[in-house]
Amino acid sequence: MNWNEFFSMGERAFYVWGSFGAFALLIIGEVVLLRTRQKKVRQKVNT
Amino acid sequence: MSIFKYASPSTFYPLAGKIAPWFAVVAAMLGAVGLYLGLFRAPVDFQQGEVYRIIFIHVPAAWMAMLIYLVMAAYGVMALTFNTRLSSMMMEALAPTGAMFTVLALWTGALWGKPTWGTFWAWDARMTSTLILLFLYVGYLALINAIDDKKRADKAGALLVIVGSVNVPIIYFSVKWWNTLHQGYSVATSGSSMDPSMRMPMLVMTFACWAYAIAVALWRVRAIILEREKEAAWVANLYVASPPKTSGARA
Amino acid sequence: MNSLANTTPEMLVISPENGVLLAFRRDYRLAMRSRGEIIQALVFFVIVVSLFPLAVGAESALLKRIAPGVVWVAALLSVLLTLPRIFASDYADGTLEQLAMSPYPMATIAAGKMLAHWFTTGLPLALVAPVLGVQFGLGTSELGVIVASLMLGTPVLSMIGAIGAALTLGVRGGSILMALLVLPLYIPVLIFGAGAVEASMAGIDYAANLSLLGAGLLLGALASPFAVAAAVKISLD
Repeated sequence: MNWNEFFSMGERAFYVWGSFGAFALLIIGEVVLLRTRQKKVRQKVNT
Repeated sequence: MSIFKYASPSTFYPLAGKIAPWFAVVAAMLGAVGLYLGLFRAPVDFQQGEVYRIIFIHVPAAWMAMLIYLVMAAYGVMALTFNTRLSSMMMEALAPTGAMFTVLALWTGALWGKPTWGTFWAWDARMTSTLILLFLYVGYLALINAIDDKKRADKAGALLVIVGSVNVPIIYFSVKWWNTLHQGYSVATSGSSMDPSMRMPMLVMTFACWAYAIAVALWRVRAIILEREKEAAWVANLYVASPPKTSGARA
Repeated sequence: MNSLANTTPEMLVISPENGVLLAFRRDYRLAMRSRGEIIQALVFFVIVVSLFPLAVGAESALLKRIAPGVVWVAALLSVLLTLPRIFASDYADGTLEQLAMSPYPMATIAAGKMLAHWFTTGLPLALVAPVLGVQFGLGTSELGVIVASLMLGTPVLSMIGAIGAALTLGVRGGSILMALLVLPLYIPVLIFGAGAVEASMAGIDYAANLSLLGAGLLLGALASPFAVAAAVKISLD
């Protein structure tokens, strides 16, 4: 199996990577948002 | 009251900080293994082709969406019966993650549906109930954000989620009933006849999502605890050990 | 204000039935005093239903097919608009607090209030619905099923709605928020209610739908007073 074949997902790349991509995006987004929230409240507590 | 020892935000805060990273590590490891098994090891489905691999994230997301709501309802019962603030905080910490998994379940379901049944959205019983579940999450978040008095927001949210969770099975049953009446789409899931090489990645991904949800909820509950208790003495003591450099200079 | 003005001497005996009776009588009389509001909700119901032929065209086969859903959705929205009436004015003038401190259990007060709300919204809606059904070309037996389904279903709408109304008391943006909380919970009632009418139109057995509505009504009658009472207490604290 080569990588081109892997990324084309049998001509269904849009659907498969659209799903996995959204999954990754939302999880990363949640973690980033949480980080900023944590930082903000830490700053508030510190001052 | 030893059971309730950890129900106090001040004792739970450091505990959550200690265990959350472990769940994060477990989530990352299981996620890597699950993705490897799902994307590289699992064979191509002879009917659906490669696109079936979406179920490795779709099914865990859908399960988490339902499970998190039920866990929230359990915390709601605790919040109202034992009057523990931490239970309400946990509800608040879980809700965004639950809503996120619900959105993911819908999104991946749509992307799976298009090549498989030829339509992004079918008013299939399962997808319709998931959509309604999203409405329930949104309602909870809207309610607790609209009420300024935290104590009231906590209890109102708890009651709403309990009422909602009683309704979840009724909604599912009614939507199924409606679906058969209208002979709409029904999506056959080959759950039991699934090949182990396909079932394994799904289970691993489910546990990964599980660990992720716990890690994120603990992490978020820490932020919530700090936000709410920033005036409390124990919070002030937390940072005495390592005061920020700038404050010393100013004093 | 008019808090306990309609109390009769025998109602002063503290018992659960009297709590229901007290709240029911009070709310019913207050509603009857401002009959305009009841009529407005009915007119709203009629207007919403009348919009549909204008929107989708007057083809009679199509209208007949969508009639159950249209009537039920319109009924749902009309009930939704009247929900603030259950608690809002009592909350604003402090009567609700007095009622909560009265010796009657809050659940009985809640039950009486929901009953009064149904009498002044759900019941009139169910009685007006056949006229609209005729406009959509429904037959006699189907009209009967519409009335029956609304009679069984609208009390559940009042009960679920009362929880939402109580939780959002005094909250900013309360009415739209209430709709957000309540509408998803209304879905089973909508499905079984409209489903009963559709089943009767298709000539299949509609009794199952009606029994499910009845089951929902029983469950609601048993559980909702306590849920509403809890919600009121949360909002009053």
